Amino acid sequence: MIGNEIIEQAAYEVMCKAAIDIPDDYLGGIKGMVQREEGTLSCFVLRSMVENYEAASTDRRPMCADTGLPRYYVKVGNEARIGGGFVGVERALRSATARATHDVPLRPNRVHPLWRTDHDNNVGINAPEIEWSFEPDADWVEITTVHKGGLFGTDYRMLFPGDGIDGIKRFYLDTLVAFGKRGLACQPAIVGVGLGGSKDVSMVLGKQAACLRTVGDRHPDPRIAALELELKALGNDIGMGAMGFVGSSMVIDCHIEVGHTHTGGMPMSVHTFCLSSRRATARVGADGTIEPRTDPRWFTPYMRRETVEWTSEAQSARKSP
Amino acid sequence: MDGRSAELAQVDLRIPAAPEDLEKLAPGNVVYLDGMVYTAREGVYRKVLEEGAPLPDGLAAASNANFHCSPAAAREPDGTFNVGGVTATASFRFSKWMPRWFEVSGAKVVIGKGGMSGPDYREHFVPAGAVYLTTVGYGTGALLGRGIRRVHDVHWLDELGIAQAMWVFEVERFGPFLVDSDLAGNSLFEEQGRLVNENLDRVYAGLRPPALRRYGETDDREEELI
Repeated sequence: MIGNEIIEQAAYEVMCKAAIDIPDDYLGGIKGMVQREEGTLSCFVLRSMVENYEAASTDRRPMCADTGLPRYYVKVGNEARIGGGFVGVERALRSATARATHDVPLRPNRVHPLWRTDHDNNVGINAPEIEWSFEPDADWVEITTVHKGGLFGTDYRMLFPGDGIDGIKRFYLDTLVAFGKRGLACQPAIVGVGLGGSKDVSMVLGKQAACLRTVGDRHPDPRIAALELELKALGNDIGMGAMGFVGSSMVIDCHIEVGHTHTGGMPMSVHTFCLSSRRATARVGADGTIEPRTDPRWFTPYMRRETVEWTSEAQSARKSP
Repeated sequence: MDGRSAELAQVDLRIPAAPEDLEKLAPGNVVYLDGMVYTAREGVYRKVLEEGAPLPDGLAAASNANFHCSPAAAREPDGTFNVGGVTATASFRFSKWMPRWFEVSGAKVVIGKGGMSGPDYREHFVPAGAVYLTTVGYGTGALLGRGIRRVHDVHWLDELGIAQAMWVFEVERFGPFLVDSDLAGNSLFEEQGRLVNENLDRVYAGLRPPALRRYGETDDREEELI
């Protein structure tokens, strides 16, 4: 039985860690870009960012003061037994958010959209967002938090099958260029593309693709994986780098997630995660242990299943470790 | 620092900034600040410029540097503040308030994210004798947090909340920032944007527009959204 207090502790720890320590996969990607970047200004920006990540980890202070909209992704093993139930988990996540906001400290960004009132704790109506997913044959609960700047770098469009891959490329470029100018999107970043689903799901998939997959990770469908690499190269060929300065550092990696969609349409969303790509995950075991890591492993074979049935055992054997 | 980064000139600027020091700044210079810097964004602008609240006593004498930002800060039980970092917010949204803010506050240095439009610089900043500094990468919150020596004062905290309150920080080697607009209104972002635009036709070559257009959308790729 996994108790509420251990859920809250894990949620609090990931919230603190995400704010302060840049994930290794992303840091490695940025350091590679520093080597390749030939734009003087863009290169200066990247070097300053690397210094900033080091300062954050050394001083134990947030790497970026814009907390974005801190939120949680929770994956629950089908065999997990949670002491306080799902309501208990949600209560624990709200409490962890408020405590971490004070202790790190995180900027209390969350305000009422109309009255602009701030509880100074990043908790409010529909905040923090909590998204749930499930995993067969598992008895753990995994908690991931993401802090992503909230104002720029994302767009949605209803495309149609006839627009084809060219339409996808064009809308992708539109979004990167529009928000890349002056660096409003805080590039270079991991770019997520959501294709298909209903229009809200297209937004959700793109956001999750940007925030919950690591640099270097490829989609299991080889044709989608090839498109990911093509879009990554296209983004870095715009001629724009960090802060919209001349350069080549735009896309650290590109991840695409798909959902079966309306036969007449092809909804698409594009999301740029931040230069400060803040994410952290912890697995809470059935025995109450907390194992931290930086790879959310959100998109499992079960998440991407295509068929009516899911044969747990056979499919599990194919699961990546 | 490697050779490429070393090409950028570095300047230490004392705040309150003197006009002769501001004259020396050129777009692309790397700037570090010493002295006093205050935050003001939509909450403070509304308070002072729309509701007519007077500026805090002595503010204009202590600082002429307005940072468009909010700190990651927390109030401790003993009344002190823990400031972890600061990160700028995008300045273009504050355009409508800037002319009167210059008059009322005497600000000569505006710091923020992403710069403001060329017309803003030429019509409002140049007459006010003000420059614009942009934060770097927009995420150097920890480096900027290191440069804050202490919270000198905070105004309208209960009313506006941590994110919108006016924070007055005593800073030391506070940076890095890049000069976007100099006293003549030359803008680094504008110049770099023009260079990037030259490449766009090549990148878009062969990609047809989607079947369904969007109302109000433009295909002018040189147009800025701010």
